[in-house]
Amino acid sequence: MIKSNIKLIVLSFLLLISLRPLQSAEMVDPIKVDWSFKGLTGTFDRASLQRGFQVYKEVCASCHSMQYLSYRNLGEPGGPEFSEQEVKAIAASFEIEDGPDSQGEMFTRPGKPSDKFKSPYPNVQAATAANGGAYPPDMSVLVKARKGGANYIYSVLVGYEDPPPGVRLDDGVYYNKYMAGNKIKMPNNLMDGLVEYADGTESTVDQMAKDVTTFLAWAAEPELEERHKTGVKVIIYLVLLTILVYLSMKKIWSRIDSEV
Amino acid sequence: MSEHEYVPKSKAAKWFNDRLPLLTLGAHLTDYPTPKNLNYWWTFGGILTFCLITQIVTGIVLAMHYVAHADLAFASVEHIMRDVNYGWLIRYIHSNGASMFFLAVYIHIFRSLFYGSYKSPREVIWIIGLMIYLLMMAAAFMGYVLPWGQMSFWGATVITNLFSAIPLVGDSITTWLWGAYSVDNPTLNRFFSLHYLIPFLILGLVVLHIWALHVPGNNNPVGIDIKKPSKDTVPFHPYITIKDAFALLVFMIIFAGFVFFTPNVLGHSDNYIPANPLVTPAHIVPEWYLLPFYAILRSVPDKLGGVILMFSAIFILFVLPWLDTSKVRSAVFRPIYRQFFWILVIDVLMLGYVGAMPAEGIYLVLARVGTIYYFLHFIVVMPVVGYLEKTDPIPMSISEPVLTGGAEPSLARKVNDKV
Repeated sequence: MIKSNIKLIVLSFLLLISLRPLQSAEMVDPIKVDWSFKGLTGTFDRASLQRGFQVYKEVCASCHSMQYLSYRNLGEPGGPEFSEQEVKAIAASFEIEDGPDSQGEMFTRPGKPSDKFKSPYPNVQAATAANGGAYPPDMSVLVKARKGGANYIYSVLVGYEDPPPGVRLDDGVYYNKYMAGNKIKMPNNLMDGLVEYADGTESTVDQMAKDVTTFLAWAAEPELEERHKTGVKVIIYLVLLTILVYLSMKKIWSRIDSEV
Repeated sequence: MSEHEYVPKSKAAKWFNDRLPLLTLGAHLTDYPTPKNLNYWWTFGGILTFCLITQIVTGIVLAMHYVAHADLAFASVEHIMRDVNYGWLIRYIHSNGASMFFLAVYIHIFRSLFYGSYKSPREVIWIIGLMIYLLMMAAAFMGYVLPWGQMSFWGATVITNLFSAIPLVGDSITTWLWGAYSVDNPTLNRFFSLHYLIPFLILGLVVLHIWALHVPGNNNPVGIDIKKPSKDTVPFHPYITIKDAFALLVFMIIFAGFVFFTPNVLGHSDNYIPANPLVTPAHIVPEWYLLPFYAILRSVPDKLGGVILMFSAIFILFVLPWLDTSKVRSAVFRPIYRQFFWILVIDVLMLGYVGAMPAEGIYLVLARVGTIYYFLHFIVVMPVVGYLEKTDPIPMSISEPVLTGGAEPSLARKVNDKV
């Protein structure tokens, strides 16, 4: 009785869900990429993270901030895992404003691993003004902040096209088939060979888009590898404990003539 | 009952127990005679207690690192996620814990509806339970505001604006709630304060809920009164404790699955965008567990009407024990009511689904049909079916289902199958 009713519920619910809304027709579903960090035991591709950081640093960072990351994060386990020297060198390549000193003056100094990523603009208003009225969003948690996550970010990066006939675009507005409304104020910044990868990988648009998306996915979820690893252990532990408790329960309830 | 005979073994324990009978209470809780036929739907009380404790413990730790300020809240959450040792784990347990809490409470409530646990003599348990549920919704709503993302801000704006529908004083009340002329830093501050307070109010009500339960004792799947203690009962420990522990562990496996492998699937991606009063999200949706009420709210074209209907949807449950006219508790013996029960379940699921969709076209129609049916179920179906329904024969006891309508030994098995 109850079982057949539950089936009925599940069925009618599936039926309901299949009545998907006719969402804004011009928006295309993002491309599905087989990311290495997907799934229960997914991990980041270390080399891809390092290349992705390079793309971020040489291309994205001129407009997008990543204010919640510190340079030290680049050397931490589960991330790009640059060596200590590399992290220090990366940090030192940025001039960071510090202070006030004992004279009350602000000063600049080379960055340290403990510093946060340097932002390209002093504040949101400056960033907005410099980019034609569209604020380039902070990229620290961007992958978590967009429906579709990494697939969506990757799709937008490779989704630039000439507008279809009849679509008129204002100056500084570009056509992107994966963007909501298909209009984006970020120009297509990726061109084949734009970045000279330190590891010699060929820097196609697709490669750079994948690498930088991987980097952003890590930036949004730096705990992902540890989370997956701990999760597997926790589930195994819980399953074993559940079996033991189940057997104990059967034994205890066998003392009386009742079903558990 | 055995607690009357309870005498502590050591002299010191007796001395203490004569002054504060905590040991007597412990003995009562251990020996508490519980129907032996409780099924797994009855394990959610223990699971809910676990959920509450988990939320309180993780919440206290989060509060040590969180900053309740409009300019710093979002950054402090990221600080917890990135820099606090296992901060990501604590926060994901807390945020997913809220969802698991509601999942468990909905099962618990529908269990009560199916087996008639709200009926005499358990009305007070039911009403205290509903008060807990109301406080849970308040706590969850305020908790969702704290990360100060886009959904936090706009969710808070939508819900607090509901009070502006009150005639004459609505706007003043809303301003008073905000502590400002819009949702702003003072709002965030007081929400944090209340979010910290409410779980302890819930804890107090949980004590009353269990106290009230221990007066008549548990209902059971057969829904009949039983002698306590008797062949029909088992001591709470170890029989019920081990069964609750087993069910809790299964629940924890699902919980852990969410926390470790899809920690953000139940949330909204917009809440990782910092709150911006100048940009309204395309669709403002509450967390999933509030969606049925959101659907009811939006199904009425008039704002005040929607608010009244939404609150009525909850408050009608308070008079449920008096709307239900059936003398039989368990739906196992109520062939007609049982069908309506499942229609109600589908109705609420449907309302939840359309609550997540834009309020237009077919969704608005479904929301209206669902809302009307929801109220019909309680106002018309429950009283009428209770009068007209011919219920199945009810066993005299759990162990010996002697029947009221002559001997029919096969029914005993039938009852067990259904249960």
